[in-house]
Order: sequence, then structure tokens, then C-alpha cells
Amino acid sequence: MTSKIDVSFEVNGEAVSGSVEPRMTLADFLRDEVGLTGTHLGCEHGVCGACTILVNGHTARSCLMLAVQADGQKLTTVEGLESADGTLHPVQEAFSRHHALQCGFCTPGFLMNVVEYLEEGPSTEEKEIRERISGNLCRCTGYHNIVLAVKELAERQA
Amino acid sequence: MKPPPFDYSRPETLDDALATLHEVGDEGKVLAGGQSLIPLLAFRMARPGHLIDINRIQGLDGIHLNGSGTLTIGALATHRSIELHRDIGPRCPAIGEAVSQIGHVAIRNRGTVGGSIAHADPAAEWPALALLFDADLRVRSHAGERTLPARDMFVSYMTTALATDELLVEMQFRLPRPEAGTAFVEVSRRHGDFAMAGAGAVIDIQDGLVTDARIAVMSAGLTAVRAGEAEQMLVGQEATEQLTTNAAQNIDSVIDPLDDVHGPADYKRHLAKVVTRRALQTAAARARGESA
Repeated sequence: MTSKIDVSFEVNGEAVSGSVEPRMTLADFLRDEVGLTGTHLGCEHGVCGACTILVNGHTARSCLMLAVQADGQKLTTVEGLESADGTLHPVQEAFSRHHALQCGFCTPGFLMNVVEYLEEGPSTEEKEIRERISGNLCRCTGYHNIVLAVKELAERQA
Repeated sequence: MKPPPFDYSRPETLDDALATLHEVGDEGKVLAGGQSLIPLLAFRMARPGHLIDINRIQGLDGIHLNGSGTLTIGALATHRSIELHRDIGPRCPAIGEAVSQIGHVAIRNRGTVGGSIAHADPAAEWPALALLFDADLRVRSHAGERTLPARDMFVSYMTTALATDELLVEMQFRLPRPEAGTAFVEVSRRHGDFAMAGAGAVIDIQDGLVTDARIAVMSAGLTAVRAGEAEQMLVGQEATEQLTTNAAQNIDSVIDPLDDVHGPADYKRHLAKVVTRRALQTAAARARGESA
């Protein structure tokens, strides 16, 4: 019933391989097998957005993917955002400067979402920004400072 | 919140997938985008013995809109690829409006059109769109192929006319002529939440009179439904505010919302009529060439 399946994929530019039970989610594999615990698990059923990562450059909820489905794909997790010398990604820097996080649990998911949003040519309208981040839940900030951080990033690109 | 154990196969070809579906019978479940199935597994509301992951099969994600208004969508095309398609939204606002209300971007990046229709959640947009645009569903099995009209697809709550060894491979939506108006309206508690009520409408007007009227209502019963009686009230008439309001009131006989945490059935019945009226009036305004 539970014969393991070999998988290999790229995470943050590095090759990763393993042998997994088909039922293991990608989020659990990243955290427990690869040791990348920056990807957080909130609800484990695709509602809270905390486990959002990039799969081939597009956001995906890693609790809604099986690890076997990542075979051959290119993944980016929050650990892949900062430069090798420790310089923060512009999205991380903006979140830090605007105090767009308090406890930080939801932050990795927000960051990955916003990275994709900026790639797509973001709107600078607050309504659009709020709609875009509506799939990520934050229980500390009230979203206000997250919106400010994203707005500044979007305006910088405009 | 972890899926129970299951066997897993990821066929490279459609024929292999169909052979496996036939072989595993009732134990089999098809994994497409997984945005509904994986949560069901995590909650252990579904316990299939064997998942057949069809994502490696090439050629199932095509999207093609031809000049006569036939929109052909492969089962594995994602919601996001429809949303970002250059021609579909402008040609048919109802589809653009419906798709942009499916979950969130991360969900739309992976969720598939075929998966949504085969899952047959009454609160999902694609079953309603399939009914609204009289889609033909192309279904394959190891034994052959058949075409199923969307009106015969949705049997009951998350239950379709597909046999256990059948796979939905392609959908053909018949869009109305470009001059017709279409619209899709939903009410949900937060953006991206499941709708408490939703409705799509098509109104075509020639020489001031309605020549085609279609209404599909979602999230108001065991399946998405067409509201035939209400449609018939409009055909041959002027699409006035009064008449579209009356038609929307007349969807009562086909809807059957249930009480749930989002509200009592009476409230959802009210909402279904409100979104139907708004969809009809927006579609009519678009058919008249008014900006709406």
C-alpha cells in the first residue's frame, strides 16, 4: 500500500532527492526531510496560505501538493529569497521596514505571494493589493502595514 | 490533517491512465490540480485506495477559442491560464468574472477546469459555466469515448454521471454571439471564499427583444442548475428592470439551498435571487452596448 517513490527536484537552486510515501505533502517533505522549516504550516488544507512556495515561478500551496508531484520541478521557498551574502530580498526588506509582521508565522507565505505579484506587474491600488493578499491569513497585523509594504514595492516598479 | 495511505501511479499517456482507472475500479481517484481532492484527503472525507495522477499526460491542457465561438478547454488547463488568456475574458465576460472568483491566485495556478467539473461541487464556478454555455464534455475510458452534455453531468452533491473508469478529457463551451451580453455575479463573505450564492446569465437582444436568455445558479442546492422557467419569461420580451427582477424571483422552483454556518437557507435563497437579478441586468446592459 505504501511503497515509497523516488523523487528529485530543485529547491532554491540546489538539487534535492529522496524517497517518499505518496501521501506525504510537499510541505512536510520540505520541512521534515529537507530541513527547510521556513515554509510554515497553518491549516494544512489550503486555506491560510502560510505554506505558499513557488513552483516553477508560480505560487502554490505546498500543503495541497504531494511531494511526489514536485518530481522534476524547480521550487523556491522563503529561504531562497535572500542573497548568498545575506542581503534581504526587496520584499523582505520592505516588510521589515514597514513593520509588516509581528509574530512572523504567516510571513513566509505572504513573501512568496508578493514575489509572484511583483513579477506579474502589480497594481498600486489598495483594493487590488488587498484582493491579491486575501489568500494569506495574518492574525497580528490587521494587514495595514502589509498593504503599505506591497504598495511601496508596486509603486517603485510603476 | 495528513492524507491516509494510498497507492499512487502517474501514467505518462492517456491510454495508460485509462487502463489503470479500469484496473483499480472503485478504489481509483483521479488527481488533477488537487486543490479540492488533497483537502478531502487531509480531512479523510475521501479515502481512495489508489490515486492516478494525470499531470504527466501531455496535451490535456489546451485552450482554443475559434471564430464561431466554440471554446475548447483541455481537462488540465488551469483556472489561471483561462483568467490570463488574452481573448476569453473580453469575448465572454461571464467566464472572466467567474474564474477570477475561484479561490486565490495560488489555487488558480494549480486547480484545473476538468477537475472542477468532475468534482461537481455545487459551490464551484465551472459546473455553472458548463451549464450556462451548454458545454459538451468529452469523456474517455479504456473501452472508448462518449460526449456528455453538461446538463446530464451533475447528478447530485459532488456526484456526476461519470463511471468509475471514465476520465473527463475535454470540454467544449458554446459561447453566444459576441453581441450578446454575459455576466457572472457572486456573493461571498470574503474575497476568494466559497460563494454563498452565484449566478451566471446570458442575454441576447435583437430589435429590442430578448432572443436568448440563460441563467445558471450555483451554491444554491445539491448541484448547479439552469433556471429554465425564468429564462422562458424573458424570451421574446423587452429586458426591462421589472421583467429581469421578476424572472430572478422565479428561480425558486429549481434552487434548494441548505442551512449552514454561512447562513440560514432562507437567506441564501434571497441571495440567489439577488445575484441572478444582478447577473441578468448586467448581461442585458452589455447586450444593449451599455458599459456595465
